[in-house]
Amino acid sequence: MAVEMRKGRYGKFGGQYVPETLMSALIELEKAYGEAKADPTFAKELDYYLRDFVGRENPLYFAERLTEKIGGAKIFLKREDLNHTGAHKINNSLGQALLAMRMGKRKIVAETGAGQHGVATATACALFGLECVVFMGKEDIRRQELNVFRMELLGAKVVSVDKGTGTLKDAVNEALRYWVANVEDTHYILGSALGPHPFPEIVRDFQRVIGVETRRQIVEKEGRLPDAVVACIGGGSNAIGMFHPFVGDEEVALYGVEAAGSGIATGLHAAAIADGKEGVLHGAFMYVLQDDNGFIQEAHSISAGLDYPAVGPEHCHLHDIGRVKYEAVTDAGALEGLQLLSRTEGIIPALESAHAVQFASELAKSMEKEQAIVVCLSGRGDKDMQTVRDALGGEVE
Amino acid sequence: MKTLEKRIRESMAEGRKAFVSYMMAGDGGLATLKEKLLFLQEAGVTAIEIGIPFSDPVADGEAIQQAGARALAEGVTLRNVLGELERCKGEVAVPLVVMTYLNPVLAFGVPQFVEVCQRAGIVGVIIPDLPLEESGPLRDELDGTDIALIPLVSLTSPDERIKRITESAEGFLYAVTVNGITGERNEFGEELHSHLQRVKQMSDVPVLAGFGISTQTQVKEMGNHTDGVIVGSTIVEAFHQNELDRIRKLVQAGVEKFEIVNLH
Repeated sequence: MAVEMRKGRYGKFGGQYVPETLMSALIELEKAYGEAKADPTFAKELDYYLRDFVGRENPLYFAERLTEKIGGAKIFLKREDLNHTGAHKINNSLGQALLAMRMGKRKIVAETGAGQHGVATATACALFGLECVVFMGKEDIRRQELNVFRMELLGAKVVSVDKGTGTLKDAVNEALRYWVANVEDTHYILGSALGPHPFPEIVRDFQRVIGVETRRQIVEKEGRLPDAVVACIGGGSNAIGMFHPFVGDEEVALYGVEAAGSGIATGLHAAAIADGKEGVLHGAFMYVLQDDNGFIQEAHSISAGLDYPAVGPEHCHLHDIGRVKYEAVTDAGALEGLQLLSRTEGIIPALESAHAVQFASELAKSMEKEQAIVVCLSGRGDKDMQTVRDALGGEVE
Repeated sequence: MKTLEKRIRESMAEGRKAFVSYMMAGDGGLATLKEKLLFLQEAGVTAIEIGIPFSDPVADGEAIQQAGARALAEGVTLRNVLGELERCKGEVAVPLVVMTYLNPVLAFGVPQFVEVCQRAGIVGVIIPDLPLEESGPLRDELDGTDIALIPLVSLTSPDERIKRITESAEGFLYAVTVNGITGERNEFGEELHSHLQRVKQMSDVPVLAGFGISTQTQVKEMGNHTDGVIVGSTIVEAFHQNELDRIRKLVQAGVEKFEIVNLH
């Protein structure tokens, strides 16, 4: 009997748990990505669009008033919120759209939670004249109405998913079903560092620009590496892109911040590392929120972008080996972080990023003034104004 | 040779194609499982594929998703289905195959799953989200048992890959007839017949076609190019609507003795 190589493993996590119909597409994608990586013209083309279209590199900003208010370590913000389309998602969507075209595929399918990945993918498709279908949970469509309109303005077709809980997990299921049926001419632009190999690697590599720039920028500003790096985790794409260039630097503490929703003890949260069990979802072996029968459970978070019941395989491995510490911040904590940053710095962060801001503010208190923390400000808060206004009862204190 | 393949070959030797009926365990309540198994056995199926409901069935279309949701609402799980199957063991003689997504098996524990399947007399397992590359751990556990790990091949699998899949195939080879999920189809792509014949030439185990086969004509048509068919969504729907006669007719179309035509 032939012994098959298991691919795309991060320790015991990752893999390729998909229907056979998708296997040749994954093998083709792996090959195409390998060739693209080895081709300097590909990197050059992506760099061009990242600079002239997205507006990279974006600043690493010293949050001076926030630092003063907290009275601990210096806090720096990596301004992914300043990217075209308002979040880090565009880094990956552009890279994968270019990759799809290299494979001769001009039809794109994507899933979206908060709508940021959907908007980024619709944007990349408009830029290159590609057909775009985005699956989005019914509940998320309600929460992020304006992002649906943005995607449609950009020429994408948005399909509402009312199955299951009507959130990101169900949108991924539908996107996978659509891909199985249209695999021969369609590329699936997966939005987070999740899914079957080679997606976690591809998404990480396209998001790695966040950490690469940050590393250079902090050395320019502080003359040394930061003491801590903080990023929020849903599936984990902004975090893995930020962390990856620092993983070998033992002196840099890395913190991933999951969504604790109403609190871990309530069971209403999205913290798969804090409270999940090992299992398979959407093609990869990961920590997954599930019951004793292996049925996947609903995730809960005020931020649609963190509302996913698992965490990408590389994060699971970084947790297992203890390289990254995974913490969790509640909905209430995120709202506090969002208001704090708005008031002290004039920056309204996305609810997702607000989880990281809140944790970093607590962390800074416990550190020395000479120390430095970098927070990945993965997106801006415009899309969340309705949610935040509702949560604060229509009034800011 | 494991029991499942032996039984399919026995019916082939009698000049019949195999007809494997899918059903969703616990759709209509777990208490109805036994009567449905006995009905299908009576109708003359070659084997029964028992679907376990799952929260995220990515390979399934509308009909099976809905049946799964109804079963989940009844509290049906992999564990209680296998328990129920063990209880009806004496009365059901037709070979039973379990179709489940991987995560419930992992939550159960792979060795425990295999042990309980053996106790329940299961002779085959189909796991749609477990491709060849990831099948090693389960295959090791099934080694030495009478339970066949039934692999799927698709229209997108290149010949070289189909060959590798057939090398380790047991029971039968599940040839997926569409790029897509389960569910009824009006017509099939033109290349399908030659694809199925190519798969059949490459395979040492019987080849059964499945996905989207819903009419007596399609059952016959697919049977012409393979060793038999697997019919799912239509049977699930017919059970749900209590149209038992429709099921009987489909099965008869599948297992009817066929004339051996001399092509020369």
